[in-house]
Amino acid sequence: MRLVAGLGARFAGLLFVFLGVTLAIYLLVFALPGDPIRALGGDRPLPANVVETLREKYNLNAPLWKQYMDYVLGLFRGDFGLDFRGRSVSDQMAARWPVTIALALTAWAIELVVGIFLGVLAALKAGTAIDKAVLWSTIIFGAVPVFVLAVTAQLVLGARLKLFPVAGIEAGWPMSYMLPALVLAVFGLAAISRLMRDSVIDNLRADYVRTARVKGLSRQRIVGVHVMRNSMVPAVTYLATDLGSLLGSTIVVEGVFNLPGVGSLLFDAIRAHEGTTIVGVSVALILIFLITSLVVDALHYLLDPRIR
Amino acid sequence: MTETLLSVNDLSVTFDIDGTPQTVVPGISFDIAVNEVLAVVGESGSGKSVTAMALLGLLPRNATITGSATLHGTEMIGLSDTERKQRLGSSAAMIFQDPAAALNPLFSIGFQLAESVRSHTPGLSRAEAHQRVLELLALVEFPDPANKITNYPHQLSGGQCQRVVIAMALAGDPDLLIADEPTTALDVTVQAEILDVLRRMRNRLRSSILLITHDMGVVADIADRVIVMRQGAIMETAPVDELFHTPTHDYTRELLQAVPQIGKRPSAITTKARTSKEQGPNAPEPRPVLEVEDLVVEYRRRGRGFKAVDGVNLSIQPGEILAIVGESGSGKSTTALATIGLAPVTSGTVRILGKSFADSGHSELRSLRERIGVVFQNPATSLNPRFTVRNAVAEPLRIHRGMRGRGLYDVVDELLANVGLGGGWGERYPHELSGGQRQRVAIARAVALKPDVLIADEPTSALDVSVQARVLDVFRELQKELGFACLFISHDLAVVDSLSDRVAVMQQGRVVEQGSRSQVFGSPITDYTRQLLNAAPLPDPIAQRARRQARAS
Repeated sequence: MRLVAGLGARFAGLLFVFLGVTLAIYLLVFALPGDPIRALGGDRPLPANVVETLREKYNLNAPLWKQYMDYVLGLFRGDFGLDFRGRSVSDQMAARWPVTIALALTAWAIELVVGIFLGVLAALKAGTAIDKAVLWSTIIFGAVPVFVLAVTAQLVLGARLKLFPVAGIEAGWPMSYMLPALVLAVFGLAAISRLMRDSVIDNLRADYVRTARVKGLSRQRIVGVHVMRNSMVPAVTYLATDLGSLLGSTIVVEGVFNLPGVGSLLFDAIRAHEGTTIVGVSVALILIFLITSLVVDALHYLLDPRIR
Repeated sequence: MTETLLSVNDLSVTFDIDGTPQTVVPGISFDIAVNEVLAVVGESGSGKSVTAMALLGLLPRNATITGSATLHGTEMIGLSDTERKQRLGSSAAMIFQDPAAALNPLFSIGFQLAESVRSHTPGLSRAEAHQRVLELLALVEFPDPANKITNYPHQLSGGQCQRVVIAMALAGDPDLLIADEPTTALDVTVQAEILDVLRRMRNRLRSSILLITHDMGVVADIADRVIVMRQGAIMETAPVDELFHTPTHDYTRELLQAVPQIGKRPSAITTKARTSKEQGPNAPEPRPVLEVEDLVVEYRRRGRGFKAVDGVNLSIQPGEILAIVGESGSGKSTTALATIGLAPVTSGTVRILGKSFADSGHSELRSLRERIGVVFQNPATSLNPRFTVRNAVAEPLRIHRGMRGRGLYDVVDELLANVGLGGGWGERYPHELSGGQRQRVAIARAVALKPDVLIADEPTSALDVSVQARVLDVFRELQKELGFACLFISHDLAVVDSLSDRVAVMQQGRVVEQGSRSQVFGSPITDYTRQLLNAAPLPDPIAQRARRQARAS
């Protein structure tokens, strides 16, 4: 089957991308100035034999290529290594990924449902006040920086109107996640609705829509079946790649709403020079990104017979 | 007296364009009898498509339709949306010009046909609908329907797509089929097949056809009666034989005269090449301006090679017009692109004035390009919309001759005057010109540098016949005056016959026949050339009928 063969080839390609990108991040992080081992001791310098033991433990005496090799081999076993306080990076991430994934998926669902709805609505009412309202609100909300939106949402919807908890995850899903997910989704939502609007308008003008009208099909069926499927092709591409970037852009939102997710783990790790953690989180993000791009290809294949 | 199916009375269509009403059809009346094929002919903008769309309620919301059109006694104008939906497909159906675009690319043809079938007969089971789809495909003589039903539009040829669209239109057993330029986008051989399908369908189902076309050959082939339209008004209505043999209106005569016809080349037309050859048999054979040797252009698609051009040999003498004819996909345009270095040459050589593109350095290429003029098919897209006509023509002179200021504009204005666009036309933008005027600008630009060879890729295919005739006249005059050699690509044999000295016939990337115009058209060697010549319908209903009978027996 062509799908399997195609995805197989793509997968082999992704392996190279994966190795290249992880190597780049690995080198960059460990090229950062400062000796993390020495920093562990604080003001007092550690005894030489302790330093030596630690260096041995973290495999720092081996040449850099060997360090990277050992790291990658560990990755294939699911071992992301230890941070400098001896904690397993895998364990830390395991505790935090559920929070980030729940947040990103919620934001993604909002983009999908609201973005497509607004886009189709604007297209069907093209040129009217509704169309213009959608356009302007997406431009305005898309232009405001994320942290401004986050703080405003926290203040108005959280503190004033008390619709949602202000911060933390005590209220669980969905209440605790709605506000941060909404903020996270705004940018993509604006993009999706405009993409969808233009796509639907183009397709409404297409010859095959005229054919469908001549067939005597109802407007619901023309829009719902013929136009929607054609318009979804560009939207699916955007949505699928956006899931990866949503996961990666949770740092600000998790910070403002005090969510114990991967974003805040990454933030803390950068401040504490925890190289293994930084690389670990980045590698996991890249993996997710690569996998979603593989899913996009598969979806395209299913949606559009022309590329089969 | 025959029974009337559709009766149109004082139908008018007005578009509201930014607040100003523009009347496109000012009030026309005509009838169609049961089982009749009525052709509506006219140039683009004459309102023929708008009239048809108005009948089916397919015009955009800014259109106001008044008057009446009754189909079997039911008023079609001003129907509510639900009423119209019931009528569409069962009373009247429509097929369109571009069959590939008329189908949704993301659904199989079986799905789209079944959708039509079910919308006309709700409550059919899946198996019954499937059966009906197969019947419809058999009706339009679709090859191998059982296997191809799961195919998607992109897997089918243009002719097959048009059969699917016709089958879809027949799903509701319509009394009236409106066909808007149904064969314009198709090759002549495919066109002949589709016209046969329509004719047989008409005879079998006793339905009527309203055929919209600009092609007099198609009219002669299939129509019973003809309406000639111009600027929204009916100029003349007549039975087909009468219209062609004793046209009463001047405009009809004009239209008929503009139609190029094989073997009807006025003897006065001679090209530069012919006159120079008459200088005597002892004159040395001049060096060819353009030589193509064993040209192969191969495209890689999904790892598989596809030879668009497969071992083509051509040569053009100074002042000679060589035409390449062939159907779409035969490689004629790719050959033309390869001669100007715009297609990847896999092997073989292209030499212009003895120099090959492949061995030329940057500056040599530049001076080589100066010797070639190019005219493309669609002047609407090949002229920069932000350039005035004058600037478009001036650009090659600026680049290659370094001309500036007054001197430049004097030359440009003279060039424009040569193509009949003197006076104030230079300051206009392409969108302010008609298609024919734009193509004349493109020709003026192509000859601005007095090239030795002109490459013209379907230069008149996008134009109306009468406009085409004028553009071809301009072309001939310029050729006589400037004496350039020309590689003329066309699918229209009649145009080629009226213009060329020699003809090369291409099929599947190869030249299957090459020779003088009179030899190729007068006594073709290959079956393929004969087939092409026979497929092009003659703009004469009686001759065409005789040919069709000969073909059938």
